[in-house]
Amino acid sequence: MGSDSNAGLIATAYLRAGTSSFSEFLTSTAPELLPGAGGVSVPSGLARELPHGTTIVAAAFNGGVVMAGDRRATAGNMISQRDIEKVYRSDEFSCIGIAGVAGIGIDLVRLYQVELEHYEKLEGRVLSLEGKANRLAGIVRANLGGAMQGLVVVPLFAGYDTDEGVGRIFSYDVAGGRYEEQRFYSIGSGSVFARGSLKKLYTDGMEASVAILACMQALYDAADDDAATGGPDPTRRIWPIVVTVTADGYQRLSDEESGSYAESVLSERMSQPDGPTSTLHPPGTESR
Amino acid sequence: MPFYVSPEQAMKDKADYARKGIARGRSGVVIQYEAGILFVAPNPSRALHKISEIYDRIAFAAVGRYNEYEILRKAGVRYADLTGYQYDRQDVTARGLANWYAQTLGSIFTDSPKPFEVEIVVAEVAEAPAEDQIYRITFDGSVNDEHGYVAMGGQAEAIAVVLKEQYTDNMTLEAALATAIAGLAAQANGDQMNINASQLEVAVLDRTRDHRTFRRLTGTRLEALLSEVDQASAAKQGSTQRTPTDQVSGESSGEQAGDQPSAGTTEQGSTDSAPDTEGDQGASS
Repeated sequence: MGSDSNAGLIATAYLRAGTSSFSEFLTSTAPELLPGAGGVSVPSGLARELPHGTTIVAAAFNGGVVMAGDRRATAGNMISQRDIEKVYRSDEFSCIGIAGVAGIGIDLVRLYQVELEHYEKLEGRVLSLEGKANRLAGIVRANLGGAMQGLVVVPLFAGYDTDEGVGRIFSYDVAGGRYEEQRFYSIGSGSVFARGSLKKLYTDGMEASVAILACMQALYDAADDDAATGGPDPTRRIWPIVVTVTADGYQRLSDEESGSYAESVLSERMSQPDGPTSTLHPPGTESR
Repeated sequence: MPFYVSPEQAMKDKADYARKGIARGRSGVVIQYEAGILFVAPNPSRALHKISEIYDRIAFAAVGRYNEYEILRKAGVRYADLTGYQYDRQDVTARGLANWYAQTLGSIFTDSPKPFEVEIVVAEVAEAPAEDQIYRITFDGSVNDEHGYVAMGGQAEAIAVVLKEQYTDNMTLEAALATAIAGLAAQANGDQMNINASQLEVAVLDRTRDHRTFRRLTGTRLEALLSEVDQASAAKQGSTQRTPTDQVSGESSGEQAGDQPSAGTTEQGSTDSAPDTEGDQGASS
């Protein structure tokens, strides 16, 4: 691995009894491979010019959780990629979405995927959902130095809790703070608009298909008001990535499925550009 | 204590020591079948595995001292995960891993006062059976590139005789398992081993699966498979001539340990053979 002088060192490190954490193994033997390693100081303003991933939404539904992300990466005022993928499978019962500097975020996801599988292989058991969420906090915290330089990346983590039989959502800050979110959450530049939209559309105990549609609506609203978030692209047929995690495991919607949800939102917005509305009941009028 | 020990003598002593340690345990078998590679090892423990997943298409099987091959297994997982993280998942190969094991075991054998008492097999399943790779690595770091089947452990030679006789390319999973069990039975030397689901650790690398191909066969799945193996070998036993040597007759007549090679000619052979070991009727073939 790497240079020859390093090779012997790592070879003995393989044999040393250590932790079951891949990121800790990497930190002690090959720290240069960690996401955001290199330790260069980034001139202020430059970080802004790197490709950034934008909006991710997640919502719990009856028996699972859905996560969806738009497909745009933005570098300054340029669209750097139209079909970036920002929502990934982390293991059989969880998924992860990233917002922030794409280069570091993608590496962070790769590291996290290996981390979960590594533990599973070494220990012969799968981490609890809490355990997975805590490990991710440690990995995010390891990038704190980079974040202080402007290389900010935060994940959104969601999974199916096999013990309790529910979908759960966790958000993070750059310092590794881990917060469990109730019902739904969003991260990224368009997250404010997406969350406002989800707040009005979310109902407890919704079915998977309804939750997927709510997320699709939220992404549309985010793209509507945030320049960095991409809406559905019917000309190129690029649709948001939508994944669900249930008792049956992780499942990513095919492009056709995701497209059918996106097209139903698009056609509805043709006549109602601001999306679904609800009826309000001022005091004195009969409610419901 | 002599002041001088010749290198030849030192190496011979170490090799004898390692061989003796390995011979104390039960042997294991790795065998190719049409849809992948099958691993079988006698192992009453549900938690301390002899067979494990290393990577997407690579698995590891070992015999010998548990603590020593467990060190090697974990090292292999670290090697594979680091290589895959640094390059790409498809760049993790059994050949690279086998080489790494060979170097490591070789230097442990020469440098440390006590050699590892282990023998391991690293196997990788490919798109087609012809490209499958099976490597057997012994305590001194020698590597053997095997094709079709391999036995490991102190009684590997006796087992390999049976495997060689029964192995054919593109066997079904049931046939491969039957062959592996027949091979393992050859090490019992008349003192018949239990071949039932609770005594066997069985796993496959299934080439038809995506991503992670390793799968353990346990519980009802294994029991169903074993009962098919029983029926098939009972039928076979009824129709074909038995080889008259003790060792080989032990193999497919299950627990009827070679002293009555014509018994069990019916499907019900196991129930009327009055087994002298208790509680393992289902295990008879």
